[in-house]
Amino acid sequence: MSLPIAILHGLSVRYRAGGVAHAALSSVNLEILEGERLAIIGESGSGKSTLALALASLLPENAVQGGVISWPGLGREPVAGRDIGFIFQDASASLNPVLTIGEQIAEVVRRHKGLGWRAALAEAQELLAKLRIPRSEQVLRSFPHQFSGGQRQRIAIAAAIAAGPKLLIADEPTSALDTIVQAEIIRLLNQLVREAGTTLVFITHDIALASGFADRIAVFHQSRLVETGEARRLLTDPKENYTRRLIESSIDLTTPSMVAS
Amino acid sequence: MSSIPVLLIVIVGTFFLLELAPGDAVDAYLVTIGGGDPALVQALRESYGLDQSALVRLWVYLTSLAHLDLGWSVQFGRPIRDLILERLPNTMWLMGAALALSFTLGSLLGIIAGARPGSVFDRFFSIGSLALYAVPSFWLGLVLIIIFAVQLRWLPTSGIETIASGKTGLARAIDITRHLVLPVSALGLIYLALFLRMMRAGMAETWRQDFVLAARAKGLARRRIVLRHVARNALLPLVTMLGLQAAAMLGGSVVIESVFAIPGFGRLAQEAVAGRDAPLLIGIIIVSAVLVLIINLLVDIAYALLDPRVGASEGRA
Amino acid sequence: MKTVSRLIRSPEGLAGLILLALPIAAAIFANVLFPADPLSIAGPALVPPFSDPAFPLGTDRLGRDVLAGLVHGARASLAVGLAAALVALAIGSLVGTVAGLAGGLADEVLMRVVEAFQIVPGLLLALAFVSVLGASLPVVVLAIALGAWTGPARLARAEVLSIRERDYVASARVIGMHPAEIAFREVLPNALPPVLALSSVIVAGAVLIEAALSFLGLGDPNTVTWGAMIAEGRNVLRSAPYLSIIPGIGLVITVLGVYFFAEGLNNALAVRGIRS
Ligand SMILES: Nc1ncnc2c1ncn2[C@@H]1O[C@H](COP(=O)(O)OP(=O)(O)O)[C@@H](O)[C@H]1O
Ligand SMILES: [Mg+2]
Repeated sequence: MSLPIAILHGLSVRYRAGGVAHAALSSVNLEILEGERLAIIGESGSGKSTLALALASLLPENAVQGGVISWPGLGREPVAGRDIGFIFQDASASLNPVLTIGEQIAEVVRRHKGLGWRAALAEAQELLAKLRIPRSEQVLRSFPHQFSGGQRQRIAIAAAIAAGPKLLIADEPTSALDTIVQAEIIRLLNQLVREAGTTLVFITHDIALASGFADRIAVFHQSRLVETGEARRLLTDPKENYTRRLIESSIDLTTPSMVAS
Repeated sequence: MSSIPVLLIVIVGTFFLLELAPGDAVDAYLVTIGGGDPALVQALRESYGLDQSALVRLWVYLTSLAHLDLGWSVQFGRPIRDLILERLPNTMWLMGAALALSFTLGSLLGIIAGARPGSVFDRFFSIGSLALYAVPSFWLGLVLIIIFAVQLRWLPTSGIETIASGKTGLARAIDITRHLVLPVSALGLIYLALFLRMMRAGMAETWRQDFVLAARAKGLARRRIVLRHVARNALLPLVTMLGLQAAAMLGGSVVIESVFAIPGFGRLAQEAVAGRDAPLLIGIIIVSAVLVLIINLLVDIAYALLDPRVGASEGRA
Repeated sequence: MKTVSRLIRSPEGLAGLILLALPIAAAIFANVLFPADPLSIAGPALVPPFSDPAFPLGTDRLGRDVLAGLVHGARASLAVGLAAALVALAIGSLVGTVAGLAGGLADEVLMRVVEAFQIVPGLLLALAFVSVLGASLPVVVLAIALGAWTGPARLARAEVLSIRERDYVASARVIGMHPAEIAFREVLPNALPPVLALSSVIVAGAVLIEAALSFLGLGDPNTVTWGAMIAEGRNVLRSAPYLSIIPGIGLVITVLGVYFFAEGLNNALAVRGIRS
């Protein structure tokens, strides 16, 4: 059994705002296993994004971090972009509106693989093809506003995996998209991490979505980690009341469609 | 094109504003030659159409404008178009150089200040640029003359080139450049402060954008994040500001030309005021409005080149 | 009151108040400090500054007291600056509100007029205006306002357009209030704060344009102004540069004071905006 890629020891994050500090994560202990697909679920405001940002050392300046994140699977501190890829919720905001798609993918390749622009752009084109974006050569020269939400998110994924990171963090990557596009992107993401053996931390507030492909699930509530466990076990036999309520409320919502079909 | 009606408003507005003036160009001319007999006055008035009603003269004026004819300056005894075309290049050099200097230097310093918001550099530039922005350009011009022309004797005090020096080619270019250093600095430094402040504010705003966080998540070098992701976006509002400031800058060069005795467009305006030469003043105002429109057109083109969303987004929204 | 204390506590706001205190005090007490006409001859010509206690800042070519001119000039600068800004704000808010409320063709025409004023250099317009109507304080004020009202007009219009869709305006319409009544009782008071925030910048701009006009010899010849003093000193720029430098410092202090004050005020208002 290989070492966990990351271990969170009593991770706490507080945000300072106008003299008062407000806890977004309180002593979280969590292991992220090599090659697993870990879903982080919880309602909005429970601290999921904060966890993702802390993992990637991207916390804003007003954040105070406590506890330790260690990286036994890497054996060193991770390098952003090369060891960790990050996919944001809203690709229309996370892509630079005035730079070409090609440049925004190739800059990652260039930085972490030490290639020149020409070679990096060629790799960017391959990545686009891998994400099933048609006419990839033309896309390289296009700008974000020329694409639909789903295509933009694929482009953002291409940039995130461009340097072949061991860990991919996706913070609600599909919640801005409609359900059909959402399913496509999840399938694609799932396939990509399987092929490359990438560890995936997938953040969502949608239990049903997480249950579809996660190996393990971690449930967050009001800055605390409530429960972790193997996905099927957690869904069928939750240990905590909060998890149970979360599962029930999600079933309530989906019941009508189940009856209809 | 909405600029045609706007220009028409400028023309008609200026025309009627100057109608309010007591006396006309012939009166002013008579003062300069020490009076004249009534028959001559009448003949002069008729020859310039000054005996007609205001509306008729406006119509005549508009039709001749359509033929790019700006009328006749009684004061100079020359066509107004020729006068303006003769003076325009000096003003264009002054304005163009001041604009180029303030835009490049202002955005560069703005990038340095905005690269680390809240740093010592940032505070220094922020307060320094505000102080500079409070300095009247004509006074700054005089202070520069006192220091660099009178005390240090490094640069000439006034004019656009050494009169009757017989210089040609490179020597003449160097001479003109030496004459332009002080006026361009006096006019440009204030706009430098403005562009610096805008760039800095734009950078601060852009740092908060998601795509900058995404650039950090990609592990890009700080230099690339600052230049390619933050500054590149913060530059856009600066380009818009360039268009908005065009009119103010043209106004500023009127005063600077007076300080440095540069025979430009602004000096001509002053001479028109002094000589009560209403047609010349109207011509100057119209030409400056056209100039501002042209600068804005160029700015729009530059903006469209810098921002790929322009045009496309309109089709969608 | 919270805003005031926050304004004083911010470094910019405090600096602005301190800087502005000088010209404001000078303007208020000008007649007490220097009851004589500052344009009258007070002593020998071209006394250098700091050499004669009777004329701390020296005298000009005609033997007029520079300090007296400086103090009285503060009055002209501030008065013209404030008056021009007020007129510009009044015209601008009125035109912007009418355009925003009326919409349609009226809006279209008014906005073209605004654009027409924007493409003519303000100083050139003021130059023409003063040369036509003759240099006197009211004419100078109006001339400056003509070049400054478009900013407030655009802002007021944008503000009105966003406010008119809000609930209380809609309900006023339902209870049958006259459009003009809606405009002046409901919309204008709400559109005013952002317009006022712009006003300090307009005051600073007006002070600068006034100085430029009087520097070009188009100010009221019967009033001492800093611009005219600078122009007068220009004649002896080589032998007595202080005559041009001193009044310019007065201008810089005043304009800088206004800018700092505005910056402090903006910060104070922004903090309030976040808290409330
Ligand atoms: N930059 C920030 N400054 C202050 N508070 C923040 C900041 N980011 C998030 N928070 C607060 O921290 C808590 C957790 O936020 P977040 O991690 O974004 O939750 P989630 O992603 O689960 O919705 C929330 O109460 C949120 O308001
Ligand atoms: Mg979140």
